Amino acid sequence: MDILIILIKIFMMIGFLMVMGLLLTWVERKQSAVMQDRIGANRADILGMRLMGLFHPLADALKLLTKEDFVPPSGSRFIHTLAPFIAFTTALVGFAVIPFGPPIHLFHREITLQVADIHVGILFVFVAAGLSIYGVILAGWSSANRYSLLGALRGAAQTISYEVSIGLSVIGLLMVFGSLSLSEIAHAQGDLIWGFLPRWGVMVQPLGFLIFFTAAVAETKRVPFDLPEGESEIIGFFLEYSGMKFGLLWIGEFVEIVVMSGLITALFFGGWQVPFLYEHGFEFPWGTRAGLPHGLVLTLQVASFVFKVAFFCWFQMLVRWTFPRFRYDQLMRLGWKGLLPLSLLNILVTGIVILVFD
Amino acid sequence: METVKKEKRSLGFLEQLYVGEVVKGLAITGRHFFRNLFIHTAHLFGLMKSRKGAVTVQYPEERRVIPAGYRARHRLVRREDGSPRCVACMLCPTICPAQCIHVRAGESPDPAIEKYPVEFNIVLDRCVMCGLCVEACPVDAIRMDTGIVEMSAYDREEFVNRRDLLLGMNPQTPPLPKTRHG
Repeated sequence: MDILIILIKIFMMIGFLMVMGLLLTWVERKQSAVMQDRIGANRADILGMRLMGLFHPLADALKLLTKEDFVPPSGSRFIHTLAPFIAFTTALVGFAVIPFGPPIHLFHREITLQVADIHVGILFVFVAAGLSIYGVILAGWSSANRYSLLGALRGAAQTISYEVSIGLSVIGLLMVFGSLSLSEIAHAQGDLIWGFLPRWGVMVQPLGFLIFFTAAVAETKRVPFDLPEGESEIIGFFLEYSGMKFGLLWIGEFVEIVVMSGLITALFFGGWQVPFLYEHGFEFPWGTRAGLPHGLVLTLQVASFVFKVAFFCWFQMLVRWTFPRFRYDQLMRLGWKGLLPLSLLNILVTGIVILVFD
Repeated sequence: METVKKEKRSLGFLEQLYVGEVVKGLAITGRHFFRNLFIHTAHLFGLMKSRKGAVTVQYPEERRVIPAGYRARHRLVRREDGSPRCVACMLCPTICPAQCIHVRAGESPDPAIEKYPVEFNIVLDRCVMCGLCVEACPVDAIRMDTGIVEMSAYDREEFVNRRDLLLGMNPQTPPLPKTRHG
């Protein structure tokens, strides 16, 4: 029975991520178009129905599935095939520890709305993110192409550099909430500071959030940190990929955006928490109460999680279509001389504040 | 002449922190996003049709107005009696830099007119649309005012525009094709 529940949750999660990933390909096209006073892809139609270009992801999938699967003659066929799977799986698996709702009681058992409630959830996410470097490196190396190798090396150096900052930036948060488990962190963010301010991560760790968000965008390897891809200069580690293998790397990138949004939501924006909404309804700090049935509360909370994730996907797209690409030395300077000292400072200040006030 | 020296302004401390400038940049693109999204949504309900949410011209369905004087596909002008106005003086094949006009002259049955074109071919895939033939023509027999800008064919032979085809074409007539800018 437990296995069945977990399986259902896994399928729900994968479904959610894949749908979000496909939708994001549409969002990327449309949002960039609207930002740039254009209309965007709207030509794919089924029986004359266009639905604002929503059929383009389907057309993309069909195109990628029917394209020739090319492996460079001097490349390594096995590793060339393996790399996109590693990249995609490691992108996907990070979402397993992110809670998307409070535990529910159903059929006399407690069901956590989270695929795996690991005690060291945050570490698990970082492990998955760290493993994703293998996808990049293997893809670049097995292609037997200088440019893709260059892209892979850039990707590895960048991911490793920013992993330091991303790891250190959450330490302040862990000190405040005192737990590595994402479900406990999400739960703790339902409290209030001074009786009226939601105790979200971003309220107690604003600097930590800034560092984390910057490093998270760098981890997803998108503009302005898209040096591994650098489509105008080296095309990137997936230069020699075509067909659905390229599709995996491509969708993996979008899935990574969703996972990063989920992580930002869970760590810094209260996870599934709605401000002032508790188990039995709203309780506002000025004393107003509004009782709500349990089912409605639950729906609101899950909806708030999905809304926050969608918002951060949108925001990452906004960032992607606003800024130009960093130069490589600028990227390294920002990572090592900017974010790293700042995140260390953040830990120090957090420690002092905790010592003084507790 | 006075030379103006511009001091290269170095970034201030706040600008070097990136954060403020990043927010400014996001505000600009975000403003465009929300304004255009609002206008597009209003269009769905039939409101604010006078404001455009995008500068896109949806080409095959919508067309931009072809401005006056635009050098589009050629045509030959007829006289009032329907015969070609061209007197086969050979000025246009002479001036044509692409050498794409071929004229064969014949004696005109009208005693007041010396020659007329028995053959008049414009090989469109060689034409560079320079309009010099129009400039050179002494009798205003060739014009580039058809307003036809799409020139494609499956075969090179189709690009050879012969006399009767050129004579049969009409100038771009008002009313002009419908556009959102028109």
